[in-house]
Amino acid sequence: MIPGTFEYHAPRHLDDALGLLAEYRDDGKLLAGGQSLIPVMKLRLAEPKHIIDINRIAGLSHIAETSDELRIGALTRERDLERSDIVRQRYPLLLDTANVIADPLVRNLATVGGNLAHADPANDHPATMLAYRASVVALGPNGERVIPIDDFFISAFETTLQPDEILTEVRIPKPNGRAGGAYVKLERKVGDYAIAAAAVQLSFAYDGTIAEAGIAVTNVSYTPERSSAAEAIVRGNRLTDDVIRAAAQAAADACEPTADLRGSVEYKRAMTRTMTARALRLALVRAGA
Amino acid sequence: MPTISVTVNGEERRAEIESRMLLVHFLRETLNLTGTHIGCDTTSCGACTVHWNGRPVKSCTIFAVQVDGDEIRTVEGLETGGQLHPVQEGFWEEHGLQCGFCTPGMMMTAAALLEENPHPSEEEIRFAISGNLCRCTGYVNIVKAIQYAARKQAGAEAAAAGGA
Ligand SMILES: Cc1cc2nc3c(=O)[nH]c(=O)nc-3n(C[C@H](O)[C@H](O)[C@H](O)COP(=O)(O)OP(=O)(O)OC[C@H]3O[C@@H](n4cnc5c(N)ncnc54)[C@H](O)[C@@H]3O)c2cc1C
Ligand code: FES
Ligand code: FES
Repeated sequence: MIPGTFEYHAPRHLDDALGLLAEYRDDGKLLAGGQSLIPVMKLRLAEPKHIIDINRIAGLSHIAETSDELRIGALTRERDLERSDIVRQRYPLLLDTANVIADPLVRNLATVGGNLAHADPANDHPATMLAYRASVVALGPNGERVIPIDDFFISAFETTLQPDEILTEVRIPKPNGRAGGAYVKLERKVGDYAIAAAAVQLSFAYDGTIAEAGIAVTNVSYTPERSSAAEAIVRGNRLTDDVIRAAAQAAADACEPTADLRGSVEYKRAMTRTMTARALRLALVRAGA
Repeated sequence: MPTISVTVNGEERRAEIESRMLLVHFLRETLNLTGTHIGCDTTSCGACTVHWNGRPVKSCTIFAVQVDGDEIRTVEGLETGGQLHPVQEGFWEEHGLQCGFCTPGMMMTAAALLEENPHPSEEEIRFAISGNLCRCTGYVNIVKAIQYAARKQAGAEAAAAGGA
């Protein structure tokens, strides 16, 4: 499969990349890991006239903690998340997610920024970032703006990122006190998108009740979405079996799967319930409850 | 058309190419290095695996222009000075292939794994090759071949250390 013709640009600086984006607007496309863009170009579902490769721009691949946030450069590869000590020690939900995205070869190139900007409801990072209540940083001609993740996804493959903006960073609030997280994904085989998956991030109050809960599911709705009803059931309560069951059911009721080669609507809904329950239990265990 | 200069298996290669040319076509058609295979052409099978600056990646999903100035290693670059790479020897000794179509990609992934982790467990081997599909072997002998290569490498290192 041969993609359409295009002109290739490899700017070395963010300013140059912004200039090219401003110049080509709808004819231009940023290239990060290329693991979503190149496949759609090979299928001619996208035929950009200008490719702006951001891989030669330095300073977009960091994984670093500030006093209250984990900051991840948009060009950070999944493989770097998998190998990061910070992520391995303190961000189990993120580590779980990086570990089940595509396969190890794809993860050597695929980037966190690309995963979010692509806004494929089948992608795994959107649910994880919703559960973390993360935000993304967008750089445009008028400078930087920070977009809360709840204001980022509009629809499948559509975000509030403007055509002349570059996603430069993802920011995850640092969990404090007793906290735990997990991502549980059902896939037919390694390298496939989820049949259903659930991301859970919990923080606990001193009395052992849930102070804050982030719950979101993958590939069972048209837009990456948080399960607000499930969160409401969990918040302020202890995670008993009954609460877990009710929250998982709420997530399953709220999702809107479509039947396809990965299964029927009923099956996907049932699996959403199971994945949510499993993720809640694992997050609880990891929090040392 | 852009001109790229790429170090392929240690040798600098220059060529004028179309921007849309995929790396796997550059290797197979422009450089005539047909050891790298095209299996699925949809980023699924790993038959096209090569090393880009040391990391195993799927060359059917990279534009050749992206690797300008970089290093690419293909299956043809595993053997050095007439000596098979331990991974190649492992596939030979443990019968790690049947039709052989997945083998170049499988070996490139295995070689990269052993560079990062010289003593992988069976689970780590299976995790590392999970992006490389084999329709014939059932993977058992592929895992044995990589274990053979790890032992061979360790032995060679011990011998080198002993001899020094
Ligand atoms: C076989 C296969 C299996 C996969 N399985 C999964 C899976 O299970 N789960 C999963 O989550 N993903 C999966 N993926 C997708 C993979 O993770 C992609 O790499 C990811 O969705 C996009 O990241 P990228 O860096 O490759 O982006 P690219 O392909 O380079 O870009 C994707 C889109 O995002 C835009 N973009 C990229 N970076 C930026 C930026 N910094 N600012 C603004 N726009 C940007 C591009 O212009 C493009 O429109 C799979 C891919 C393959 C090939
Ligand atoms: S040919 Fe590249 S992954 Fe199959
Ligand atoms: S040996 Fe035939 S595909 Fe692996």
